[in-house]
Amino acid sequence: MYRLEKRPQPSAVMRVVSPLLAAVAMLVTGFVVFTLLGKDPAQAFYVFFIKPINTSYGFGELLLKASPLILCGLGLALCYRANVWNIGAEGHLTLGAITGGGVALWLGDSTSLFALPLMLLAGALGGAAWGAIPAWLRNRFHTNEILVSLMLVYIAQLLLSYLVHGPWRDPAGYNFPQSKAFGEAELLPMLIQQTRVNGSLVLALVLAGASWFFSEKTFAGFRLQVAGLAPAAAAYAGFSEKRNVWLVMLLSGASAGLAGVCEVAGPIGQLQASISPGYGFAAIIVAWVGRLHPLGVVLGGLLMSLLYLGGEAAQMQLALPSAVTGLFQGVLLFYLLAADIFINYRLRNTATATPPNAAPSSTEAGV
Amino acid sequence: MNSMVAVITSTVFAATPLIYAALGETVTEKAGMLNLGVEGMMLVGAVTGFAVGIKTGSLTLGLIAAAIAGIAMSLIFAVLTLSLQTNQVATGLALTLFGIGFSAFVGHDYAGMPIPSLPDLHLPGLTDLPVIGPLLFNYDVMVYLCIPLIFAVQWFLTRSHAGLKMRAIGESPSVAHSIGYPVLAVRYYAVMFGGASAGLAGAYLSLAQTPMWVEGMTAGKGWIALALVVFGTWKPLRVVLGALLFGGVTVMQLHAQGFGFSIPSEFLSMLPYVATIVVLVLICRNPKTILLNQPASLGRNFHPTA
Repeated sequence: MYRLEKRPQPSAVMRVVSPLLAAVAMLVTGFVVFTLLGKDPAQAFYVFFIKPINTSYGFGELLLKASPLILCGLGLALCYRANVWNIGAEGHLTLGAITGGGVALWLGDSTSLFALPLMLLAGALGGAAWGAIPAWLRNRFHTNEILVSLMLVYIAQLLLSYLVHGPWRDPAGYNFPQSKAFGEAELLPMLIQQTRVNGSLVLALVLAGASWFFSEKTFAGFRLQVAGLAPAAAAYAGFSEKRNVWLVMLLSGASAGLAGVCEVAGPIGQLQASISPGYGFAAIIVAWVGRLHPLGVVLGGLLMSLLYLGGEAAQMQLALPSAVTGLFQGVLLFYLLAADIFINYRLRNTATATPPNAAPSSTEAGV
Repeated sequence: MNSMVAVITSTVFAATPLIYAALGETVTEKAGMLNLGVEGMMLVGAVTGFAVGIKTGSLTLGLIAAAIAGIAMSLIFAVLTLSLQTNQVATGLALTLFGIGFSAFVGHDYAGMPIPSLPDLHLPGLTDLPVIGPLLFNYDVMVYLCIPLIFAVQWFLTRSHAGLKMRAIGESPSVAHSIGYPVLAVRYYAVMFGGASAGLAGAYLSLAQTPMWVEGMTAGKGWIALALVVFGTWKPLRVVLGALLFGGVTVMQLHAQGFGFSIPSEFLSMLPYVATIVVLVLICRNPKTILLNQPASLGRNFHPTA
């Protein structure tokens, strides 16, 4: 009989190993699911995980879809580090697309070099403004940021839907709910020939670097970490909780807002009623799988992007619904949460175990 | 008069799934467990109820299957948080994300299929009464089942011995454990009750309200149910009152255009979400309201080492 025993110290090795363990467990589950659905698992695996990135175009798609996931995931990782449960990245992304896209429509067919920077700025500000609402409400009225940030997702999506059905609809667009196409100067520059990889990848990687520097090398980043790991110590040291909430919500809002404007100024090229297949929600998993660390978020973003590509490929070539992506995402997060138990606990054979500590413990689970 | 009756009956109709989901979550949270997976459990309940309803032709079996599916989903949450000590917030979020993906995957083939909606009961004599008949005696069976459920939950939490034990566990699991209460077992049951209720709430959407299966058809109702628990300060009757208020907001949204307001439909659809935020601000404004009513150990894990 084995039982769980608390480790004297959290295991640093397991922190890195557990996402890998979870990924392997997810693959095994995929194997079982594909078999149960009557597909040849080996072929299904090839179609899902290898074929999509076999070509340079396919690899480009991987990078293209990873960018918004990384941008959203970086902001969420900051929030979760500080124990701020923002789950509204999808809303921040949508508002960033609205404000950034709005600037593009306002500029019309401008050829100015400043068009794109202005759009990016507007997108970041739009996302930050949407992030400011749950921050303000939490600081001022003690509301729960989980519920408020999620409600704001629906509100942002309905706002976008109103705009593209109404005032911003392209008059020459045969009544489709979409805006006019953006001008050449309002689109992100392409990075690699024969692919759709654009400037958003550079932006995502630069921000990942900046986020690492901020978290590890600045005092503000240190304050966030203390607030997340030991709220009481942070209060004792006089670190303002309210300032932390403002900081992470504004930064994560801006970063997800950038993701939104990069989507409409990139692969989409105009405003539409739907601009994201749930990148903002998938980014929650990205942040978690990435251990809330910027480098991990980059890797997690690539993995999640591969799941999106695999889902599309499975739909076309295996006649499976593309929702299989969401299934894999959820399963991955479950396994990760379960595997994380080995960071703080280890399995002990009860036959040889030392006498257990008799005192029960009531703890908030480690984040 | 007739339009008033229509507004009231459609309010009840809109509030029913919220009542089920929010009552279930109230019990879960009273035991100290914060399950943010309501939205996911509702979606899985909705798709399961619909699929079983289609396959067997029996809506009753569909409802039962939905409750079982809700319990199965909640057991994932319970095993992870209670037996494996994972963070409740993260696990609840994961349950919702999984539920969205799983229901979309399973429901793919059922999208757009027609199903007969849950019939309104016709009570000879009573239903035919003017005004009173359509107002009180013309709902489907799930609306009527709701009423004993509300009072059962109220009685259980405030009057029964088992309910008292459960509340003690929700307030202080370590004290409850030290006087011999089975903390983990009770928390398992509380989470499962929440799962069954959420599953039924979901099935009510796909078998009575819409009635069909649409991907992501809950549209945030699971989250609104979570907000209702806070709004009702963890008291069943106030939670139900909140659900009825929200049903009213939804109905207002449907009837506003009929009353001659020329507001774009998107802004009307925003109403329930805006209302949720407003309601949270109103109730949380005074931190003491939450401190006094929220189960003290809500969201905190407990690991009996002895």
